[in-house]
Amino acid sequence: MNYWPLLGVAVIVVGFALRFNPVPVVVCAALVSGLLAGLPVPALLALLGKSFVSSRMLLMFVLTLPAIGLLEHAGLREHAQRWMTQLHGMTLARLLVGYLLVRQVLAMFGLTGVAGAPQTVRPLLAPMGEAAVERILPTMDDADRDELRAVAAATDNVGRFFGEDVFIALGAVLLIQSFYAQHGIDLTPLSIALWALPTAIAAFVIQSLRIWLYQRRLQRRAARLRVG
Amino acid sequence: MLRIQYGYWLIAAFLVYTGGRNLREGQVWRGAFWLLLGALFGGGDYVLAQQAAGNVLPAQVAGGAVIALALLAPRLHRHPQAETGDTERRLQSATRLGHKLFVPALMIPLVTLLVALFGAHLSIAGHAVFATPQMTLTGLVVACVVALFAASRVARVPVHQGLGEGRRLLDAIGWAALLPLLLAALGEVFTQSGVGAAIAALANAILPSGSALACLLVFALGMVLFTVIMGNAFAAFPVMMAGIGLPLLVKQYGANPAILGSMGMLCGYCGTLVTPMAADYNLVPAALLELRNPYGVIRAQWWSAVGIFSVTVVMMWLLVFR
Repeated sequence: MNYWPLLGVAVIVVGFALRFNPVPVVVCAALVSGLLAGLPVPALLALLGKSFVSSRMLLMFVLTLPAIGLLEHAGLREHAQRWMTQLHGMTLARLLVGYLLVRQVLAMFGLTGVAGAPQTVRPLLAPMGEAAVERILPTMDDADRDELRAVAAATDNVGRFFGEDVFIALGAVLLIQSFYAQHGIDLTPLSIALWALPTAIAAFVIQSLRIWLYQRRLQRRAARLRVG
Repeated sequence: MLRIQYGYWLIAAFLVYTGGRNLREGQVWRGAFWLLLGALFGGGDYVLAQQAAGNVLPAQVAGGAVIALALLAPRLHRHPQAETGDTERRLQSATRLGHKLFVPALMIPLVTLLVALFGAHLSIAGHAVFATPQMTLTGLVVACVVALFAASRVARVPVHQGLGEGRRLLDAIGWAALLPLLLAALGEVFTQSGVGAAIAALANAILPSGSALACLLVFALGMVLFTVIMGNAFAAFPVMMAGIGLPLLVKQYGANPAILGSMGMLCGYCGTLVTPMAADYNLVPAALLELRNPYGVIRAQWWSAVGIFSVTVVMMWLLVFR
């Protein structure tokens, strides 16, 4: 067993820990691992180039930017904020938990691409959440705004991850099935997908609870401010 | 027929536009970075076709271009983005346009959804409109174009202004946009150089024998750790299953394979929530939302990941050996 390629992992850990720019760190790690595994330089270059262009779909989100940018220029975020302040029953927790539910259910049906940070979080969820925070805590500063945006992005991720595993025709379930099939164990996709449900429910409960705690923390801070 | 390749060409055109604008404004490094990336996107299909035909030279050139991008990236200083137009003007525009602003924004998810659901049935004169592979992503491409034209109509501004605004957002994201692709390439290199096999061998060496619970814990934590390193649970799964899951847990201790596979994978997903290596979920949104801390999204996800992982491991322990 050749353990030397593991140094590529060490390059990643050290590079991220020292907060170097991640782009050269990642490329260095690839070169280190490949060279230590004995790959010749031309083959390593070809492997790097081929795998890079094969994953071009990961940059598809930039196509949303012109439309989103134009709408923001025309006041989309301001309008989402103002609309939020007029929705009286809509608290911060209800907004985020409602989004979590919709995101998770859509992902369960394999529709992971319809929402995400560029499509829905930046133009809609984040400004509406900011308006909801401002209603609780009128003295919202930049740190509070950053925290809300991070919570909104986290909610989007949790909903997506722990929904998509329940869908039978998506990567994860098929990967599990094909792994077992290669090793002589035949399972139906449905039997695998069903066992993702308990964790999906747990993820929904845990994230909702954290959202509720986050709202309560803001409310307590606001109460202290009013007293003091 | 609409294929995903048209989407790549659109991205290439947008990247070249962004690079050209930067060059004209004297931002040489930034301009070169986007132009080079645009060339990789435009030429990507040629690279793959030549590779399939046995000519590796274009792929090697692409590999060289990736290294050049890595050298350019540290020169792209993120600048606090100057919003075009003042807040006052945007508030007025928001008041004037009202809910009409939501229509193009919601068109992106809605058109994507419609194409994903019904695209397969759509045909003109016997020819399918959408190619079957990557139907949802092709739908997203169509949705973005439709939304851009709708936005330009609603806001009564020319479409090319949308390109300018999009370019402003892309410059704000900067090199973070590149990370997901690089990490996917790194995963491929790791696999080819046997990093996975080496980690599985190490995990087996430290594995305590004779305890099913200890074995299950090593498996679950291994899924998390390996996902944190690779940025992707899909890369971790075959390695941990072949090393521990199948030979020990399933064959020796009689674990239920469906439960072990499903919940083991979900343990890996918890790792995805806490690693900067999963850049497209953790670092790109942080850049897109203009957080000052690039690790802000990971920090917000940390306790969710711990909670979901703990619950999943307990459920596995209770269910898997029944």
